[in-house]
Amino acid sequence: MDDGVMDGYGFRDVARMEWIKLRSLPAARWTLLLGMLATAALGVIAGYNTRNATGDPTSNMLSGVVLGQVITGVLGVLAITGEFGSGMICATFGAVPRRGLVLTAKAAVWGGTFLAAGEAAVLAAFVAGTAVLRAGVPHPSLASPDVARAVLMTGAYLALVGLMGLGIGAVIRHGGASVAVVIGGLFVAPIVIGAAQHGYGRLLPELIAGNSLAAVKPVPGFTWSPWLELAIVALYPAVLLIAGGWLLARRDVG
Amino acid sequence: MTTGSTVSTRGLTKRYGGSVNGAAAVDDLTFDVQPGAVTGFLGPNGSGKSTTMKILLGLARADAGSALIGGVPYQSLRWPLRTVGAALDDAGFQRGRSGRSHLRALAAASGLPARRADEVLEMVGLSPAAGQRAGSYSLGMRQRLALAAALLGDPAVLLLDEPLNGLDPAGVRWMRSLIKAQAAQGRTILVSSHLISEMALTADRLIVIDRGRLIADTTVDDLAARGGGSLEDAFLALTGGA
Repeated sequence: MDDGVMDGYGFRDVARMEWIKLRSLPAARWTLLLGMLATAALGVIAGYNTRNATGDPTSNMLSGVVLGQVITGVLGVLAITGEFGSGMICATFGAVPRRGLVLTAKAAVWGGTFLAAGEAAVLAAFVAGTAVLRAGVPHPSLASPDVARAVLMTGAYLALVGLMGLGIGAVIRHGGASVAVVIGGLFVAPIVIGAAQHGYGRLLPELIAGNSLAAVKPVPGFTWSPWLELAIVALYPAVLLIAGGWLLARRDVG
Repeated sequence: MTTGSTVSTRGLTKRYGGSVNGAAAVDDLTFDVQPGAVTGFLGPNGSGKSTTMKILLGLARADAGSALIGGVPYQSLRWPLRTVGAALDDAGFQRGRSGRSHLRALAAASGLPARRADEVLEMVGLSPAAGQRAGSYSLGMRQRLALAAALLGDPAVLLLDEPLNGLDPAGVRWMRSLIKAQAAQGRTILVSSHLISEMALTADRLIVIDRGRLIADTTVDDLAARGGGSLEDAFLALTGGA
């Protein structure tokens, strides 16, 4: 078609494609919505069950991310393995041969969606959870910088786990195997490594989330600043996405 | 559409697993596909047709040689779908997404307006099912959606991998006339098939390969003459299946 005005596709075009793809998969939308509702609901229950007057009700109310991270992690995997499984990837890479750009656009679109959904879920958990806190336990407020920091970082954690899933999916390309790695990495690794060497806990995302990001009261063993811990969590998707992009560009499709 | 884009391969070689000693899926393959005609890409199953098409589309890497569209590798195209439309045998769509959304996504990446999706759906007769999830489509409807995706960017080159699979007789006739009409408009069209009789009806020229090697690059009429009037006899003699 009109060669005269061709300057070639760029990030905006590819991001628009990925956004249309994301919106047009009803199953992904409902899974994300239900996952975030469950995250908020678990937080409310944990808030209601908080009885310890010297405890950390903020951290309790954010504990629903144990479930929420599975949802964003698995959806992140499926954001790319769903295309390999169906053969859609041929159409995607046919339209955009620069595969690293496809992965970048996916990370931006899905990561942005996970961030919005994750923050909404943890804010809902906190607001609704605070409303049902019993008398006698401290009632945290978002006006306190530490509390706001804990809530926002926990929402960001959900997005980072989703991006981890995307990176693992890009490396492995097979949905089932990638989901197994995400679940194993999140839940099994902390048990194995944490049991063997307690000091490594502050390097493992799932333990960082509960003990540092979501915590307002310091937890023993997690002496690093939550900002440093958030950066450590972010390192996982960063490395996985770089590896995934590198492999995508070098491997044949189908 | 810009006419005159040719498809060409020079010494194209692809080995399974990428090993030097591995069996070649495509072996030193050299051919040109000219505009304004339907070129049949004929060969037994597993002869390397799909692999060649994947290399042409930048989906697989060649171990040696080149595969060019209008003189450049696919990866260098600035708006690929506006130059090359492809329908691959094992390409697909995600089941939960409607045909229209599938095409709109590809249009967005190609700098094309969303209404272009509805235009090509109309062209392939899929408008009534445009909003349905692609997972509910019949095999014939999926072939039509694949063709719609190929036509999306009004490309000068069409690469169609077994486009008649799954079509009923009326669908086969419809697809055949559409392919011929696209060629008559000056497009470069490569249609792979393992069905000799169908290629006799659809193609003007034939590129025949077997075990990854070129064994004939000729016109349909010429090849039929070699078989004493039977294209099938000529094909089987060439591919050692007689």
